[in-house]
Amino acid sequence: MNLIGNLLAGLGRAQFFLLQILMALPATLLRPRLIVQQLYAVGVLSLIIIVISGSFVGMVLALQGYRTLIRFGAEESLGVFVALVIVRELGPVVTALLFAGRAGSALAAEIGLMKATDQLSAMEMMATDPMRRVIAPRFLAAVLAMPLLASIFSVMAIGIAGGHAIGVELLGVDDGAYWGQIRAAVEGQDVIDSLIKSVIFGVATAWIAVYQGYHAAPTSEGVSRATTGTVVVSSLAILALDFILTAFMFR
Amino acid sequence: MSMTPTPKDVLVRVRGLHFRLGSRVIYKGIDLDVMRGKVTAIMGPSGTGKTTLLRLIGGQWRPTQGAIDFDGHTIHKLGRGALYALRRRMGMLFQHGALLTDLTVFENVAFPLREHTRLPEPLIRDLVLMKLQAVGLRGAAQLMPEQLSGGMARRVALARAVVMDPDLVMYDEPFTGQDPISMGVLMRLIRSLNDALGLTSIVVSHDVDEVLSIADYVYVVAGGEIIARGTPAELRASENALAQQFLQGQADGPVAFHYPAPDMADQLMGTSR
Repeated sequence: MNLIGNLLAGLGRAQFFLLQILMALPATLLRPRLIVQQLYAVGVLSLIIIVISGSFVGMVLALQGYRTLIRFGAEESLGVFVALVIVRELGPVVTALLFAGRAGSALAAEIGLMKATDQLSAMEMMATDPMRRVIAPRFLAAVLAMPLLASIFSVMAIGIAGGHAIGVELLGVDDGAYWGQIRAAVEGQDVIDSLIKSVIFGVATAWIAVYQGYHAAPTSEGVSRATTGTVVVSSLAILALDFILTAFMFR
Repeated sequence: MSMTPTPKDVLVRVRGLHFRLGSRVIYKGIDLDVMRGKVTAIMGPSGTGKTTLLRLIGGQWRPTQGAIDFDGHTIHKLGRGALYALRRRMGMLFQHGALLTDLTVFENVAFPLREHTRLPEPLIRDLVLMKLQAVGLRGAAQLMPEQLSGGMARRVALARAVVMDPDLVMYDEPFTGQDPISMGVLMRLIRSLNDALGLTSIVVSHDVDEVLSIADYVYVVAGGEIIARGTPAELRASENALAQQFLQGQADGPVAFHYPAPDMADQLMGTSR
């Protein structure tokens, strides 16, 4: 009973916090430099892990798909198999999980430490709202970065170094068939759905990360708990949201 | 409660201040005045909520009861915009400096100017260098906060606190953990900046000798009440047992050495835990 009470209270606080972020957003939009700095920190610095993971996920999918498809003589459809799985599910989901681990945890730790070392209080006393100066730019940057990273992940997995490298270059699937089947089977709606998913995952991860950081106890244990909490809660949230979104999108 | 208008020479006036943090009672009705142009010290054992008082004056927390006036404005009745406008007239030096770790020393000091003014870059540069010169750290302008010693970080924070030429500067435990040299530097800076820039200063501290040597007026707070007040000379001559215990650093006295506990013999014999 107490557990449920705590959970609901936490959810309520988190929603109130989200409202505060949204109210601070207009003021933040007037300061694009802050957003660009944060886009670099959460986006550009996450690129390496996204690119490498995308390649490997695509490679594994191609290997597994080829072994199954060749039994039916349908190895020409490898492109469709890889592309649909990546675009519809793995692209946004794996990107979001990696993003929570790489950028979300960093955000929570950074904000938690800023709070523990009185930097947020100091800003308040300097008549600068930390909501506008610190929280909102990071939130917005994370939300903007997610769909971009997910797109890069998908491109890496389907094309450049992932499925294409294994399927076409290594296993000898016909290049024209690989791309031709993808173009025939993947619709614009799939891509739009994929982007919608990644934006929603971005909002969830960014929200959880800044909330955990901002409400961390000002001790080293508190910051460590906020970091862990960010990764655990956002991973669960991403997987649960993915199920819900998929259920609605692919009826 | 009814408030008479604040006299002209009082910058901060506290009346009947009660404050509770959770279930802990921090203040049970204190009155104090901070005179313009003076260095006022708030002293007391640790854990008596001295820092809390600064946060209340800065409007970060609201009093449970009573009121704090800053230059005639009751702080907790102000709206957000007015409060933020008022905070531009206050500077605060946090215990560990609280410098923004992602900015250089120069940018830290420039931060309030960049946030609140549209001054041209050359003017910002001159202002920042002047304030850094005043604390003796012009040469450290391009360092990052993690490259500074604790004492230097506090001096940078001090330059930042006065860069907007505030009316009031609040110092939260400025001497804690400082070596004798940086202690001396900070003491001289607090006094000389106060007099040279025409500031009003509030120093919260428990370093008795340092505080008594720079303060114009001292309040000793303990147990949520003001137990002694006066100029440093008056305090030294005070008969108050608690004030004397604090000033002379005696381990036992009105403030007991032992945290409240059951009888020790009982506890060792296992009759209570």
